[in-house]
Amino acid sequence: MAKRIVIDPITRIEGHLRIECEVDKGKIVNAWSAGTMWRGIEKILEGRDPREAWIFTQRICGVCTTVHAITSVRAVENALKLEVPMNAQYIRNMIIAAHGIFDHIVHFYHLSALDWVDIVSATKADAKATAKLAQSLSPWPHNSHGNIKGIQDKLKSFIATGQLGVFGSGYWGHPAMKLSPEVNLLAATHYFQALDYQRRINKVVAILGSKSPHIQNLAVGGVSNPINPDSQSTLTLERLFYIKELIDEIGAFINDVYMVDVSAVGAFYADWTQYGAGVTNYLSVPDMPQDTTGTLFDLPGGYIPNGDVGKFENIDSFGADLFKNNVKESVKHSWYEGEWDRHPWEEETVPKYAERQDDGKYSWVKSPTFKGKPAQVGPLANVLAMFAAGHGPTKKHATRVLDLVSQLAGTKVGLGALHSTIGRHAARAIRCAVLNDVLQKQWQGLVDNIGAGDYTTFNEPVFPKGEIRGVGFHEAPRGVLSHWVVIEDGRIKNYQCVVPSTWNAGPRNQNDELGPYEASLIGNPVADPEKPLEVLRTIHSFDPCLACAIHMLDSDRNEIVKVRTVI
Amino acid sequence: MNSGESGEEKTLNILVLGVGNVLLSDEGVGPRVVEGLSNGYQAPHGVELVDGGTMGFDLLPYLDERTHLLVVDAVNTGKEPGHTVRIKLDDPASFFRTMVSPHQLGLGEVLGVAAMTGNLPPSIVVIGIEPASLETSIDLSPVVEKKLPVLIKMVVDELKSLGIILKPTSDA
Repeated sequence: MAKRIVIDPITRIEGHLRIECEVDKGKIVNAWSAGTMWRGIEKILEGRDPREAWIFTQRICGVCTTVHAITSVRAVENALKLEVPMNAQYIRNMIIAAHGIFDHIVHFYHLSALDWVDIVSATKADAKATAKLAQSLSPWPHNSHGNIKGIQDKLKSFIATGQLGVFGSGYWGHPAMKLSPEVNLLAATHYFQALDYQRRINKVVAILGSKSPHIQNLAVGGVSNPINPDSQSTLTLERLFYIKELIDEIGAFINDVYMVDVSAVGAFYADWTQYGAGVTNYLSVPDMPQDTTGTLFDLPGGYIPNGDVGKFENIDSFGADLFKNNVKESVKHSWYEGEWDRHPWEEETVPKYAERQDDGKYSWVKSPTFKGKPAQVGPLANVLAMFAAGHGPTKKHATRVLDLVSQLAGTKVGLGALHSTIGRHAARAIRCAVLNDVLQKQWQGLVDNIGAGDYTTFNEPVFPKGEIRGVGFHEAPRGVLSHWVVIEDGRIKNYQCVVPSTWNAGPRNQNDELGPYEASLIGNPVADPEKPLEVLRTIHSFDPCLACAIHMLDSDRNEIVKVRTVI
Repeated sequence: MNSGESGEEKTLNILVLGVGNVLLSDEGVGPRVVEGLSNGYQAPHGVELVDGGTMGFDLLPYLDERTHLLVVDAVNTGKEPGHTVRIKLDDPASFFRTMVSPHQLGLGEVLGVAAMTGNLPPSIVVIGIEPASLETSIDLSPVVEKKLPVLIKMVVDELKSLGIILKPTSDA
């Protein structure tokens, strides 16, 4: 008899995601992914000035602020066929890369490592043995016995107070937790160090974005950062060199800590390369434009059908037909008026809630398709595309991770292992290292361009009479983000955001095919339906984030999350 | 993570943090109160007003070395919409709602991490209001809109109790 598990919400970030699974004989046999909140940014933007859309879109989400801002200006620029000055591209690219690094590090250490790492077990470790292990794996200078012992003592005293705080509701001692106390302690040590490094890289966003937590330096047509090497109030050489220092520091952390930890977790949980593949049509987009028109990119992107890297199709420019003509969204299983399957420019957003039905409407998230098929997006999709495109830094970092995993696991692990729950974590680390290389390059590009006397950062947009349409895309930390805008007489007529978590968390599509979250859960083991840690592992490997942030305080301290097992 | 001036007056270092999503009506009341304070008053030395939006870990650096944290947010009090509350938090991390995993990222987790790393401000007060609407809209509900001046005054009074007088900009 199949059991049904309901986890609501499952997202670690503000936003509500509900997963329902049917478990039979210890394995998941069916799954439904549902976004439980309606996101109506499109309604807010209708009739507004396209130049201010980015200010609103960056408030959609608590984590993806800059990514919505950047994609929004790109959509309007695409509609206007407006060129963007090189300095503006470099500054935007640096913000994108720094934000991506920040996001990947926080996701691994603070949002998902605890699915794999048992913090309570770490207190029982031999700190000397942990230090020895750490030093055998990496030259990182902060793996000393003293550093590690310090963190262990801190954890012990924390746990002794009975206040586990952020670790309070973990599944400690769960049978699916397999790391030795020493490896758990090493991961816990780096959990704390990562807190420090994520702050450093976020400073790059704050300096360039003029303000954090929400950046203020964007404009349709460029950026508003004035560049004048002689003025204190602008982007000076002193600030640029401080940014360089931060990039170097974070690069060491990524290469000597993050990449190594991901490899170790991957090697010790090698069985998880067998689970969680799900939808293996992969979609990503190129990013880091290296010209003013968006036809030359530092990072490639494109489409890979059926996990076949040999069938890679390259997306070669902003607004490329391959991307523009092949995206559709279906509302057959979503709480909107109608049963349609439409191109984003032709969509409408008319919510219509009805009772949840397994084979009817059950989610607020629409179901996007590429070439009529569901597609998985995210770092894995992007790494596979970059690999297929022959991107040098991607090949270098991917090879390093796979070699390290092979060495630790004592068996040869190839690229194919990436099509899995644990593979998504490895791909995210690889992409993080690639982003750091790119960040270095963008920094140099900006410094050289300023050195050559180019201080331009903005081209004035002019809106024509009549209707124009644009699409902006960005390879965000969670994958392909696209904004679709229809502008009439200089005002927004239609605006649709097709966000990464829509691609991955979407419900069944027009042909009733499962979305990536749903498909990835089929066949996953579940040791204890009351503590469905395995479900969390697979869903969290996507870095779930529903772009509809809401977080409210509750003065009664009510438990809001429910894990229910229904016969 | 010293954000700037240090030195003579190290006694008070207060963060007024408005959190919430301004696209969801009353959910955005925190940022709206901060906006009202920024427009209407001059924040003196030792007080920083921050619109935290819906950010998570990005907010950590803002907590560094604070003596007091004042959070303004929509609060689920179970009372009628527009009901305002002042809550002194003795156990901040557990105040914020519990999540399924140890790593949901909300203000609760941010404070939880700050507690672990020793960056938790010693005094935390929440100024809150029961929302009337969480619909998608950039406007507050009329009930909460009408209470904005009350909330702003609650923050001003809270600061006054700490010996800090906010001067209205119009007096300058």
